[in-house]
Amino acid sequence: MVNTIMTSLTAICAVFVTFLLLMIIGYIAVRGFSSISFAFLTETPKPVGEGGGIGNSILGSAIMTLLAAVIGMPVGIAAGVYLAEYGRNWYGNTIRFVADTLIGIPSIIIGIFVYTLVVLPMGRQSGLAGGLALAVIMIPIVARTTEEMIKLVPTAMREGALALGAPQWRVAWNIVLPAAASGIATGAMLAIARVTGETAPLLFTALNSRFYNYYLDQPMSSLTVQIFNYATGPFEVEHAMAWAATLILVGTILVINILVRTVTKRRH
Amino acid sequence: MDNKISVSNLNFFYGKAQALYDIALDIPEREVVAFIGPSGCGKSTFLRTLNRMNDTIPIARVDGNVIIDGENIYASGTDVVALRRKVGMVFQKSNPFPKSIFENVAYGIRINGIHSSKQDLNDRVEKALRDAALWNEVKDRLNTSAFGLSGGQQQRLCIARALAVQPEVILMDEPASALDPIATQKIEELVVELKRDYTIVIVTHNMHQASRVSDRTAFFMLGKLIEYNKTEKMFQNPDQKMTEDYITGRFG
Repeated sequence: MVNTIMTSLTAICAVFVTFLLLMIIGYIAVRGFSSISFAFLTETPKPVGEGGGIGNSILGSAIMTLLAAVIGMPVGIAAGVYLAEYGRNWYGNTIRFVADTLIGIPSIIIGIFVYTLVVLPMGRQSGLAGGLALAVIMIPIVARTTEEMIKLVPTAMREGALALGAPQWRVAWNIVLPAAASGIATGAMLAIARVTGETAPLLFTALNSRFYNYYLDQPMSSLTVQIFNYATGPFEVEHAMAWAATLILVGTILVINILVRTVTKRRH
Repeated sequence: MDNKISVSNLNFFYGKAQALYDIALDIPEREVVAFIGPSGCGKSTFLRTLNRMNDTIPIARVDGNVIIDGENIYASGTDVVALRRKVGMVFQKSNPFPKSIFENVAYGIRINGIHSSKQDLNDRVEKALRDAALWNEVKDRLNTSAFGLSGGQQQRLCIARALAVQPEVILMDEPASALDPIATQKIEELVVELKRDYTIVIVTHNMHQASRVSDRTAFFMLGKLIEYNKTEKMFQNPDQKMTEDYITGRFG
C-alpha cells in the first residue's frame, strides 16, 4: 500500500518535470515563432519600430562559445587525464575539490573575476573577455567528466599497453584517451551547451554590441545578453524579439543535447 | 642449466597484508613453468612481480630479489619500460585495444620503435600473427576492429601483440580460463610451440593444462611456495603431501 503510494508519487513528480520542460519550450515556441524571419536572423538591432534582428548576437555567441571551447576543452581534458591517471594523491584531491567548488560557483562571480583580470587592464569589455569567462566555466566541467569517462576504461586495457613496454604517458595518450573519446566528447558538448546559455558572466565581460563584430578586443553581442536587453525594454516589439531570440537559443541547446544523445547511443 | 629468472627471498605486501612469503625459485631458459594453487594463493601476484606489473598498485610493496639475465629488476635505476618489453604478458581476460587487428599488433612495435620501415612493420605484424596461429583467420580483415574477433581469437591476438615486441619471457595469467575447450586447446598447442623460442610462465587453475604444457610446476598455497618440481614428478610422485592432496582434488 505504502509502496503503491510512493511509486505513484514519484511517478507524478517525474511527469511534472517533463511537463515543466514541455511547457517552457511550448510557451517559448508559441510566443517566439511568429517573429522569426530571415531578416531577423541576419540583421543587426535597429531603433524600435524599424525591425532589426539578432544576426550579430548569433555570430557573437558562436565566436565566444568557440573561443571558450578552444581554450576550455584542451585544458579541461588534460586536467581530467591528470586527475584520472596520476591524481591519486593529495594534489589530485585538492584539484578535484577546487574543480567541484568552481562548478558550484555562481557564474556571475566568474564574470566579475574575469572583469577584474581582463576587462580592467584592457580598459574595455571584449569578446575575448567573454570567451575567457565561458572557458573558466567550461574547464572544471570538462575536467571532471573527462576524469569520470577515463575511469571507466578498464584497467586491463591499460595493463595490456604497459605490459608491452609503453610508458605511462603513451598509454594515457594513445590507448586510454581514444577509448574514452566518445564519453569525453559527450561531456564537452554538454559543457558547450551549458555555456551557450550563460548570461551573467557575459554582462561584465563581453557587454553587448549593436554591430557585427569580428574583433575579439571589441565588445561583442551574444544571444543571451541581447535577450536580456530586448526583454527589459519598454516596447512590445522588443519583447516579441526577445521571445524569438529565446526560441533560437533554446532550440540550439536542445539540438546540441539531442545530437549528443543520438551520437552516443549509436556508439554503444 | 641456464636460469633465465632467479627469485630469492621474495616477500610481497598489499598495504599491511602479506601476500607472498619468502618465495625462491629458478626458471630455466626456454622451458614452460606452470603455477598452480587455489584462488588467492598468490600465484598471479607472484607472476606480476616478474615484470613489475604490481608497480601500478599504489599500496603494493615488494621485498627481495628477482634476477632476470643476471640483473635484479628491483634494483633502483631499473628501466621498467625495457623490462616489460623483455618480459611480455598475456592476461586472464583478453584485452585488445579499441583499434584494428593490425594496429593492435603494431602498437608495441611502434612505441618501441622496433621497425625500420613500413614494410618491416607489416612483416613483423604478419610474423607475430603467424606465430600466434591467427594469421590465416584474420589476414583478410586486418583493418577491422579487434572487438569483432571471438574470445579465443582475441586472446591469440593478445599473444601476437606480446610476441611482436620480441620478448624473451612471456608471462601468461590464466590465458585460457575464459575460453571454450577448442580455443583452450589452441592456446595450449601454441604454448608448447612457443617454448622453442621463449621462456614461458603460465598461471593456471586447470591441473590437466599444467600437466600438458609445462616442464616444471610450482604449487602455491596461502602465499607460500609449497613445492616446485619437474611436472612429471609433481603429478606422479610429489614430495609434499599437500601437493598430492591438491592435485588429486582432495581439497582446493
